[in-house]
Amino acid sequence: MSVLESRRRSRITGPATYGKDRPRFTPTMRLILLSVVLAIAIACFLLLFVRGSFAFAFPRRLNMLGAMAVAAFTHGLGTVVFHTVTNNRILTPSIIGFDSLYVLMQTLTVFVFGGTAIANTEGIPKLLAQTALMVALATILYRWMFSGKLGSLFLMLLVGVVIGLAFDSISTFLQRLLSPTEYDLLSVKLFGRLSAVKGDYLPLAFAVCVFAGVILWKRRHHLDALLLGREAAMGIGVSYKRELTIMLVLIALLVAFSTALVGPMTFFGFIVATLAYQLAGSYRHIFVLPMAFLLGMLTLVLGQFVMQHIFYAGGFLTVIIEFVGGILFIGMILRKGTL
Amino acid sequence: MKNAVLLPIVVVIVLVLAVASLFVGGFDISVETLLNDAEARDMFLISRVPRTLALIFAAMAMSVSGVIMQMITQNKFVEPTTAGTAQWAGLGVLFALIILPAADPMTKMVVATGFALFGTIIFIAVLRRLSVRSSLIVPLVGIMLGAVVSAVTTFLAGTFDLLQSMSAWRSGGFSSVVRGFYEPLWAVLIIAVLAFALANRFTVAGLGKDLATNVGLRYEQVVFIGVAMVAVATGVTTVVVGFIPFLGLIVPNLVSMMLGDDVHKNLPWVALVGAGLLLACDLIGRVVVAPMEIPASVILGVVGAIVFIALIVRQRRHVSA
Repeated sequence: MSVLESRRRSRITGPATYGKDRPRFTPTMRLILLSVVLAIAIACFLLLFVRGSFAFAFPRRLNMLGAMAVAAFTHGLGTVVFHTVTNNRILTPSIIGFDSLYVLMQTLTVFVFGGTAIANTEGIPKLLAQTALMVALATILYRWMFSGKLGSLFLMLLVGVVIGLAFDSISTFLQRLLSPTEYDLLSVKLFGRLSAVKGDYLPLAFAVCVFAGVILWKRRHHLDALLLGREAAMGIGVSYKRELTIMLVLIALLVAFSTALVGPMTFFGFIVATLAYQLAGSYRHIFVLPMAFLLGMLTLVLGQFVMQHIFYAGGFLTVIIEFVGGILFIGMILRKGTL
Repeated sequence: MKNAVLLPIVVVIVLVLAVASLFVGGFDISVETLLNDAEARDMFLISRVPRTLALIFAAMAMSVSGVIMQMITQNKFVEPTTAGTAQWAGLGVLFALIILPAADPMTKMVVATGFALFGTIIFIAVLRRLSVRSSLIVPLVGIMLGAVVSAVTTFLAGTFDLLQSMSAWRSGGFSSVVRGFYEPLWAVLIIAVLAFALANRFTVAGLGKDLATNVGLRYEQVVFIGVAMVAVATGVTTVVVGFIPFLGLIVPNLVSMMLGDDVHKNLPWVALVGAGLLLACDLIGRVVVAPMEIPASVILGVVGAIVFIALIVRQRRHVSA
């Protein structure tokens, strides 16, 4: 392998990625720049193209903006931290069965209590119960991973994915037994939906985000250390197992809550994190994490704006994001040749 | 246990299951009514015989496909559903439904097979570019690829208002299999015979590209033929009965645990055990909630997931990611 080749490789596969070459903008400047762009995008989203009553449209848009902030925060930060602790940049936390468990829960609700139940049981208790169930599934998986002598991350992921496949196969069967009306009521729940999030839930959602944000802020240096890999991190005095456990439970909480609130979005976090590594100009979490959040917001706000006012298909945003994310995922595997 | 003892036992069990599959069901059929009652005889020939044959053929298709794919990819956890082949075939079916709503099953099969072939080639291409090919990463990549394809399928189905008919078809099952509908599955027999004829080549291909080329195997050609056979088997099975998850995974692994990795020796066993397992799942699904039924694929999805996890936990002692 030539020197050039090996340098290229180390840049592609190494854990730390610094932009293209030496950064022209410092990471802080990049964050500020992106914030300005985001502010403009938010202003456009909130204020432009209001048909009819402004007093009617504005609170609804503000509500949706809140939902976008929650989705961007949970998926963006959750995925970056997940990549750090699992030492890969391909997988996203929602693949370990969160989405499938969510779909199964919704399908079971409609199957057992009928189509109207899904609207009638709406409320904070249901949201919390769903989150609790998903976090419980993840925690059982994580505990099991740490139990054996040769506990392996990939083993855990694979087990999670396979459990998800089993859930899917039950959901698909139950969906087949529903009447078309019931199925229509259910199908709304099976995609990510930003516009349907109720304003009442947002304070709780922000509280969850702030809680997670504070923990991540306090542990940002530990996260940086984890990037060095298990041995090196332990060598400089980080309690590897402890950090891993805290982070995995936190990720489970973030992604589970977001899935219960907004609906499943498997590849959104993947897009956001991948872009954040490219654009942050630094590998340190103090820059990458806010970058992921800002990029997530920008993707959603700009995407919604364009979809709604240019293509008149605002409801399809999350589906388009999943589609693009999926293609990006295949491209990344082909390019990097590793997980 | 010696093979000489084991073989007759397995054959008898599968035969018993096949006979049970012929005689269990909502319409009461016994040997006596079969001889005397024309209506029972008709029912038997129109519904029961095709269903049992479809079960046997579909089981053979999926388990033989599993063996071939595991040899080609040198990975014990690859089979049509964990490599995305089945999901691509599903996308093909949807594509046919959208573009040619009036297409006959034969056209749908050709389209599904084309998509399955394309998807499997992508999977193989991705595998070749992977620098780390540990036993756990390969299926993870395949399952993720399948998830992307499923997402596309769901999106398209949602756009064209075909979501529920897709979920009906995905968990298909064998309840709707009647005479005049299952016949394309006979093609699976050709695939099985071909697989048996080429078995030694697949065994050699399973040693890896370098070694296989060294001993004089046209490696690329064998891989392509294998992929094409899997695509045809999966495409046909998907159109007639929907997804049958994990069968191609459980059966070859069980057989190779008992007998080793000689494909030529294993194939008849794989076909036999596969048929037995699917017949058993179908019978369970028909009996526990009679007169309703749970599709065999749902039972396999759940049982298969448990067996899959047991298999990787077993491997965990020998291989770490």
